[in-house]
Amino acid sequence: MKVTVDQGKCVSAGNCVANAPDVFDQDEDDGSVILLDPNPSPDRADNVRQAEAACPAHAIFVQD
Amino acid sequence: MTETLTDTVVPEYPMERSAACPFSPPPAELELTEVKPLSRVRIWDGSTPWLITGYETGRELFADSRVSVDDRKTGFPHWNEHMLSTVDKRPRSVFTSDAEEHTRFRRMLSKPFTFKRVEGLRSAIQKVTDECIDAVLAGPQPADLVTALALPVPTVVISEMLGVPYEDHEFFQETANAGLARYAAADAMQKGAMSLHQYLIDLVKQKQANPAEDAVSDLAERVTAGEISVKEAAQLGTGLLIAGHETTANMIGIGILALLENPEQADLLRNTDDPKVIANAVEELMRYLSIIQNGQRRIALDDIEIAGETIKAGEGIILDLAPENWDPAMFPQPDKLDLARENAGQQLGFGYGRHQCVGQQLARAEMQIVFHTLLRRIPTLKLAIPFDEVPFKHDRLAYGVYSLPCTW
Repeated sequence: MKVTVDQGKCVSAGNCVANAPDVFDQDEDDGSVILLDPNPSPDRADNVRQAEAACPAHAIFVQD
Repeated sequence: MTETLTDTVVPEYPMERSAACPFSPPPAELELTEVKPLSRVRIWDGSTPWLITGYETGRELFADSRVSVDDRKTGFPHWNEHMLSTVDKRPRSVFTSDAEEHTRFRRMLSKPFTFKRVEGLRSAIQKVTDECIDAVLAGPQPADLVTALALPVPTVVISEMLGVPYEDHEFFQETANAGLARYAAADAMQKGAMSLHQYLIDLVKQKQANPAEDAVSDLAERVTAGEISVKEAAQLGTGLLIAGHETTANMIGIGILALLENPEQADLLRNTDDPKVIANAVEELMRYLSIIQNGQRRIALDDIEIAGETIKAGEGIILDLAPENWDPAMFPQPDKLDLARENAGQQLGFGYGRHQCVGQQLARAEMQIVFHTLLRRIPTLKLAIPFDEVPFKHDRLAYGVYSLPCTW
């Protein structure tokens, strides 16, 4: 699984961290997304998919 | 040309909820969804914007960059005449800007609301909640849980986040909540809003001189850096305050009522310690109650083909969260409060798209703590008046209850 994020689209909602805290974090000052792990292990796949679906700005992209 | 043909059948908006089913979205909106997910409605100025009541269509339009919140554009479906007449007096804000300008405002506000910052606030939220419930248990019966719990918890939390000095808490709470009273006159509300705005201006200046670790200090820093004016900072701060406590307070009040009316669901929440179960319960309460009424207002910047219709450039769009959250195509048996509903997390109660609620993680934490703690600490809680005498806020932007007298 390969994950990419679009910093420019991100609106700092935080739903990615809520769903997959091992894969995403937020910048301390403006809340924008920080990708911790672009190649998450298969056991995190469900959480990453949920994070992708929960992102209101469509700023997370997941490829198998 | 088609306009004149359909003029006679275009329904008026906003629509009314049914007194018999006060948790339900207006029945006329649910009937519209049965036919199609978007329909023309007539609003106060005689214009006929599109009302979106279907879940999928709503979600798509919320996320569409051709859908704008710029209320200066001709054809924007304003809430009322007051909003139209003051459109050029209000400074641009996170609510009325698109694209890069919006991102700039949004990121100024996001610092205190990140998931981790909110997680760090949980013990403080728990403490405020416990103190409120201690006071209820020590006081006379019946107790009004709106004034004793639903209002003070979010108000104290947002005051601390903004950095309102402790000695001003009382003034701040009174002023902030003055407009929420049932019979608040328009001039009293206006006066309350003015003094709150002036208070925030003074607070921004004070934080410029003596910064601390709080949201108003963050805004003050940007004023000092020349990024925004004092007035803009005060406007953003007021926005955080209003959005940050009135909405949550209403969700807590009407959420408690919904739990009291569904005792087997309340049991499910009371008897769990699993944070995921508690979190899902709050998502379902958000779906079931969708307290923001009268629709999120937008305007199309370009022609948009959607669900077999064309929304033309310059036409108004109203996204109504409550019927979208009761769309049976997405949520089967939407009239059933089911705290274990599998897809409750897909609810649109915080909106969707780039304007989705900036304070949603804080609101979630507050609701998760308050509902669970209340059910645990007062398991015999019950309504002290007949259900049909509960005063609902049909006339406010945020739906809820004016008071909730309870015994135990």
